[in-house]
Amino acid sequence: MDVLALSRLQFAATAGFHFLFVPLTLGLSILVAFMESRWVATGNPMYLRMTRFWGKLFLINFILGVVTGLTMEFQFGMNWAEYSRFVGDVFGVPLAIEATVAFFLESTFIGLWIFGWNRVSKRVHAFAMWMVAFATNLSALWILLANGWMQHPVGYVIRNGRAEMVDFWALVTNSYAWWKFFHTVLSGYVVAAFFVLGISAWHLLRKNERPLFTASFRMAAVFGLASSILIIAAGDFAAKDVAKVQPTKLAAMESVWETRSAAPFYVLLIPDTKNERNAVEAIPIPGIVSFLSFGDFKAEVKGLKEFPKENRPPVMEVFASFRTMVALGGLFVLLSGLALFLVWKDKLDGYPWFLKILFYAIPLPYIAAQLGWTVAEVGRQPWLVYGVYRTAEGVSRNVATEQVILSLAGFTLFYGFLGLLDVYLLAKFARKGPEPAPAEAIGPEGA
Amino acid sequence: MEYQVIWFFLWGLLWAVYFMTDGFDLGVGILLPVLGGDEGERRVMLRTVGPVWDGNEVWLVTAGGATFAAFPGVYALLFSALYTPLLLVLFALIVRGVGFEFREKGTSESWKRRWDTAISISSTLIAFLFGVTFGNLFIGLPIDANGYTGGIAGLLNLYGLLTGFLFLLLFAVHGSLWVAWKTEGGLAVRAAEFAGKAWAALAVFLFLFLLYTASSTGLDRNFVSFPLLLGFPLAALAALAGIRFFLGRSRPLAAFLASCTAVLFTISTGIASIYPNLVPSRLDPAYSATLFNASSSLYTLKIMTIVALVFVPMVVAYQIWVYRVFRHKVNSSEGAEGEEGY
Repeated sequence: MDVLALSRLQFAATAGFHFLFVPLTLGLSILVAFMESRWVATGNPMYLRMTRFWGKLFLINFILGVVTGLTMEFQFGMNWAEYSRFVGDVFGVPLAIEATVAFFLESTFIGLWIFGWNRVSKRVHAFAMWMVAFATNLSALWILLANGWMQHPVGYVIRNGRAEMVDFWALVTNSYAWWKFFHTVLSGYVVAAFFVLGISAWHLLRKNERPLFTASFRMAAVFGLASSILIIAAGDFAAKDVAKVQPTKLAAMESVWETRSAAPFYVLLIPDTKNERNAVEAIPIPGIVSFLSFGDFKAEVKGLKEFPKENRPPVMEVFASFRTMVALGGLFVLLSGLALFLVWKDKLDGYPWFLKILFYAIPLPYIAAQLGWTVAEVGRQPWLVYGVYRTAEGVSRNVATEQVILSLAGFTLFYGFLGLLDVYLLAKFARKGPEPAPAEAIGPEGA
Repeated sequence: MEYQVIWFFLWGLLWAVYFMTDGFDLGVGILLPVLGGDEGERRVMLRTVGPVWDGNEVWLVTAGGATFAAFPGVYALLFSALYTPLLLVLFALIVRGVGFEFREKGTSESWKRRWDTAISISSTLIAFLFGVTFGNLFIGLPIDANGYTGGIAGLLNLYGLLTGFLFLLLFAVHGSLWVAWKTEGGLAVRAAEFAGKAWAALAVFLFLFLLYTASSTGLDRNFVSFPLLLGFPLAALAALAGIRFFLGRSRPLAAFLASCTAVLFTISTGIASIYPNLVPSRLDPAYSATLFNASSSLYTLKIMTIVALVFVPMVVAYQIWVYRVFRHKVNSSEGAEGEEGY
C-alpha cells in the first residue's frame, strides 16, 4: 500500500475510534445534567447517587473522546498536508472556532464539575454539567459545519490555487451541515439512551437498587424514544439534501444504476458493482425511492451509470451500511417504545427476556452510528471536497510510506489497548453500581 | 496594521499562553516521581492540576486550529515535516490525559504506580519534544523546493537539543513552584527546595539559549529593526531573577507568577526572532513560509479576528473564575469522602 491508501486507512480507523466515544458523550452529558437538576429540584438523595454513578461512567468515556479528538486535528496536517494547504482558508476556520467557543467551555467546566463538589453551590455544580453538555453539542456543530463543507462546499471561490472563503455566513448556514448535525447528535442521544437502558436493565434483572435504576430506565426510555423518532425525521431531511447535492452518493445508497423516474424501493436488493447492475431486485414498492429523495413519487433519480466510473463511490459498502443503519433505526423506535410502555405500566418485572434484550442491545446504536459515518464518508468518495477536490490530491507529499506504516501500527496497538482498558473500566463500574449514599452536606451551604 | 501581522502576533501569543498554562501541569507530571514521596503526596500533586489541566491543554488545540485557519501553508508544512516527533507528542498527550482520569479508577497500588510512571514519562516527552520542535522552528528547518528534507536526524542539532532541555527545565521549575504554592507541609517545602536547585541549571540554559538565539536566528536582525524587541529577552531574564528573589523570601505565589512571565517571554523571544517568517528555511530564505506567503485570505483573517476578539476574553474570564474557585491549598485530607477526582 502507498501513503494514500495507508493514510486513508489511518484516518478511517482513528475517526471511527474517536466516534466510539463522542456519541455517548453527546447524550450522556445531557442525561447526567438532567439527573443532577432533579437532585437540585427535589433534594432527593437518590438523584445525587444516580448523578454520581452515571457521571463516573461518563467521565471514563469522556476523556477518551477528548484525547482521541487530538489525533483528528493533528492528522490533517500530518497526513493530509496538501488538503490542509488547499482548504485551510475555509475548513480551518470552523475548527479554530470549535476550539475557541466550544472545547474551552467543555474542558474548563468538566474540571469544575469533577472537583467542584465542595467548592460551588449545588446549582452552580449542576450548571457546570449543563455547560459541558451544551459545549459538547456545540463542538459537534462546528465540526459538522467543517465536514458539511467537505460534503457540500459553499461560500468559497478557487483563487491562488486554493479554496478561499468569500461568504462565512453561507458556511454557517449550510443546510446540508445542519441536517447532518441534527442527525449526528441525535445518534449520540440514542447511543446514550440505550447505554443507560441496557445497564439499568442489567441491574433491574438482579433486583439491585430498584428505585434508582427504574428512574434511570424511565428517563432513558423517554429520551431514547424521542431521539429515535426525531433521528428518522432528521435523516429524512438529510437524505433529501444528499439527493439534491450529492447524486452519486444517493445512487450508491439505494444502488440505483439506471436513471429513472418513479424509482421503486426493492425490499430485497443485492448490488453487483462489477456488472453495473443489481444481482437481485425483488419485492418492489413503487415510487418510494423517488418520494424519499425528492418528496415526489414520480421524481427522476439519477443512476450511477450517469456518472463516469472514476467519480462513483464504492457501491456495496455504502448501500449495505445505509440499509443496515436504517433497519437499526427502526428497531430503536420499537425497543425504546416498548421500554417506555413497560416502565410506564410498571410491568418491567414481568418481562425479564426484554430486559436481557435491552442489555445486549447496548452495542447496536454504536454500530448504527459507525455505519452512518461510513455512508457519509465512503459515499463522498472519490472526493475529499465533493465535486471539487479528489482524495488522492490531498495526501501529504513529503511523508514516507514507512512513517505511515509505523504510525498506523502504533495507532492500532495503542488504540486497541485503550479500547480494552475502557471496556474493562466501564464494565467494572457499571457492575459495581452506585456508591452508598454520601454523607450529607455536599456543597458549601450544607446541601 | 495588516491582518497578517496581527495574526502573527496572535499565533505567537497563543503558543506562549499554551506553554505558560500547560507548562506547569506538564511540570507537575515530570516531577511526580521526584517530589511525590508516597501515594498520598502524588495524589495531592495530581489534584493540584486536576481541575485545570484539561482547560490548559485546549490552548494547544486552539493554537493548532489557529495555525490551520490563519496560516494553512505553515500547518501543512510543519505537521507533515515533523510527522514522527508530532506523532510521539500525540501519543504522549493521549497517555497523559487517560492517565489523569484512569489512575483513580483502580484500587491496587500497582495500577496507580503504573499510571504515575506513564504520566511522568509522557509529560517529560511532551516538554522535551516541543522544545526540540520549537528550537528547530526558531533556527530554521532544512526546507528546499521539495519541502522538508531533514528527516528525524535533521532535528537533533545542538540548538534543537538545547531548547529541548530548556523546555524541560523551564516546565519543571514552573511546575515545582506551582506545587510549592498549592500544597502545604513537607511537599511544599521540598518543591520549593527543588525549584531553588533547578533554578541554577535553568539560569545556565536560559542564558545559553538567549545567547544562541541572538546569534544564530534572525533575532539580531529584528533587534535592529524593532529595538523594543530587546524587552522580550530582558523580561525573561528579569522574570528568572524574580523567581530566585521570591523563592528566597518564601513567596511561592509570586515566584510562580514570575515563572509564568519567564515562560511567556522565553517563547516570545524565540518567536520574535523568526518574524516575518513562521517557518524559516535554513537552506534558502526563498523557501521560508512567511506570514505573507503562507497566510489565509484577508477575508478569513478578518472573520478570525472578530471571533478571537469576542470569544477569547470570555474564555480567559471563565478560566480565571475556575482558577479562583480552586485557589485553596490542596491537602491530603481532601477528596476522601464524597468527592470525585484524582
